[in-house]
Amino acid sequence: MAKIIAARLLRLLATLFAVTFISFMMTKALPGDPAVAILGQDGIQNEELLLELRAELGLDEPIPVQYVTWLGNAVRGDLGESYINRGQSVAGTIGQRFPVTLQLALMAIIIALLLAIPIGVIGAYRQGKWQDQASSAGVQVALSVPNFVTGIFLIWLFAVKLEWLPASNWNRISDKGVIANLKTAILPATALALTQMAIFSRLVRSDMIATLQENFILSARAKGLSDRFILFRHALRPSSLSVATLVGINFGALLGGTVIIETLFAIPGLGFRLINAISQRDILVIQGITVFIATGYVIINTVVDLFYSVLDPRIRRS
Amino acid sequence: MTDVGTDSDRLTRAEHNEPLLEVIDLKTHFQVEGGIVKAVDGVSFTLDRGKTLGIVGESGSGKTVLSRSIMRLITAPNVITHGEVRYDGRDLVTKSSREMKAYWGVEMAMVFQDPMTSLNPVVKVGRQMTEHIRHHLGVSKSEARATAIELLKSVRIPEPEVRIDNYPHEMSGGMRQRVCIAIALACGPKMLFADEPTTALDVTVQHQILNLLRQQQKDRFMTMIMVTHDLGVVAGRTDEIAVMYAGKVVEKAPTNQLFADMRHPYTQALLWSIPKVSQPKHTRLNAIAGRPPDLISPPSGCSFSPRCPYAQEKCHIEEPPLTAGAAPGHQFACWYPVGSPENEAAWERNLAAGVPQTLAAAGKLTATEELLETINLADDTSDHEGAGA
Ligand SMILES: Nc1ncnc2c1ncn2[C@@H]1O[C@H](COP(=O)(O)OP(=O)(O)OP(=O)(O)O)[C@@H](O)[C@H]1O
Ligand code: SF4
Ligand SMILES: [Mg+2]
Repeated sequence: MAKIIAARLLRLLATLFAVTFISFMMTKALPGDPAVAILGQDGIQNEELLLELRAELGLDEPIPVQYVTWLGNAVRGDLGESYINRGQSVAGTIGQRFPVTLQLALMAIIIALLLAIPIGVIGAYRQGKWQDQASSAGVQVALSVPNFVTGIFLIWLFAVKLEWLPASNWNRISDKGVIANLKTAILPATALALTQMAIFSRLVRSDMIATLQENFILSARAKGLSDRFILFRHALRPSSLSVATLVGINFGALLGGTVIIETLFAIPGLGFRLINAISQRDILVIQGITVFIATGYVIINTVVDLFYSVLDPRIRRS
Repeated sequence: MTDVGTDSDRLTRAEHNEPLLEVIDLKTHFQVEGGIVKAVDGVSFTLDRGKTLGIVGESGSGKTVLSRSIMRLITAPNVITHGEVRYDGRDLVTKSSREMKAYWGVEMAMVFQDPMTSLNPVVKVGRQMTEHIRHHLGVSKSEARATAIELLKSVRIPEPEVRIDNYPHEMSGGMRQRVCIAIALACGPKMLFADEPTTALDVTVQHQILNLLRQQQKDRFMTMIMVTHDLGVVAGRTDEIAVMYAGKVVEKAPTNQLFADMRHPYTQALLWSIPKVSQPKHTRLNAIAGRPPDLISPPSGCSFSPRCPYAQEKCHIEEPPLTAGAAPGHQFACWYPVGSPENEAAWERNLAAGVPQTLAAAGKLTATEELLETINLADDTSDHEGAGA
């Protein structure tokens, strides 16, 4: 096991190097000159000021050198400063906003799994019966509705009609406590969760249908175990490898994909900030957040890889 | 939990030595697009307590469907079942799956064909051995574990305290089948089904497993049904044998009687097809000529007639009923039973007419005597080969 982890870590480092390099190069390729963006119209007039600022920002160096400098700082936790809000450190911004997005994404995945597993299992167990058809229809609907529409519907129902929950805004756990925080988090998280739920439950259902054909399920039945025990203690684990992969991929994608929901619910998350930075050409912020999300994505997938061997002991050997 | 009969009621049945299992005209058909697959088509037999019945037949003859039908393990949505399965006096066919759960594992258990796929690959052997003990007998985790270790010992698995924490993939095929047997035995079932328990295993391991099953069956006074396509497997390890062809029992007799005086041409053909010990594994001495019948529209008359070396006009038209022979307990369904003058006449006629399967069989006939000698009819349950499998 230790050997596997070491090998994975090595691979992780190589991937991270590639990922940071590519994200760096891509932000470099964005049109527009950051120095011009900072100085505005005046800068274009004043050639000297422009060159001075470029030198200060290190923009006159060759790009590989810029990358190495940036990486060297990044490793030490320094991602630079915002060009627009001078003095605001990128790392500080991420540190402040990432927990919000992380919480949203985590809650969305958990809600999605809590719904998807029973729905998928029942669909497989009652394949073709009304329970399966009803849940398939529900899943189809959830899959075809974009999450901001779900979000708007949830706001209308729970905030406007029932007045149970706030329509927007975000309470930080550190300021207002867990309950107040959950009240602002539950609707956006649910809006994000529904699509995920639909995808996950389909995977669980189809993998489960395959597993239920296995001989070891028949032998479990022949032992007189209850159907529920067989479904959840024998069939679920072997049926969850593909859903585990997707959870990893989608969780990573959610970290960068909560933008619309964060905007809709006015949530001060990472995505909200990224959109801002993009519209302002705030290159270092874009770079910092992009690299951060990409890194998170890679790390999550490594963890999922390791998790496989927990799900299926046969993998541990190879 | 569903009641499986009051104790006093069952005691009386046992005292009066009534059969544990009575199968009456059991039919298991599957509705498919092309028609109805008659996988089991009117099987009847009774099985006394503590006895072993061997069910023998080629692939596709309905052995697995029969044994699973008796245990009510068939869940296919397209299944149609008729007839009765009386277990300890109660009809199982009318019971729901939920009611059957009170029988499965405790009253009757099954050892399946392929130990590689019948254990859950992601669950440790220990839990797979204890979960039903705990479920049915309501004992604590540690008690169940102790029982499981005892069971592993009794099926001769070395270092049971270590092996119990293995995953199935950490064990050899033979060892896994021992585990499967231990699982089947765990709740002390009265009736054990073994569906080709050794076909997936090496020849040397096969004997050990078969002998282990026989030994356990005797020690625990279980009633057993052993399914196989190999007459050699049931010789010496069963009390009675039923030979199946196309979903029907075509011959049934006490084991010694069957080998001493087999009357059905299909049984004879099965005997010709027994692999010889001296041959490399899995090679057949003589496969039976022709294909197994189509179970949707079986041939008219005797279903073996297209392949039978003795088949006459009558065989193609009229289906022979299962009738009692001279010896007690011997039944067969054939118009020209082996050993009768009619049979000999039919043989000569077919030989003269150059019927292909008769000509093919002529080459095998001479080998019969020699073959019968190679089958060990002695009841051999000692396991000298040890437990290294
Ligand atoms: N669910 C089903 N639907 C349709 N036909 C089925 C179904 N289950 C079994 N059969 C058919 O029933 C027939 C008998 O099969 P069965 O498995 O009992 O044979 P067997 O004697 O056990 O053969 P083998 O030695 O290969 O195990 C086969 O032709 C099979 O295709
Ligand atoms: S009835 Fe005829 S075809 Fe059938 S087994 Fe007997 S001899 Fe052969
Ligand atoms: Mg079979």
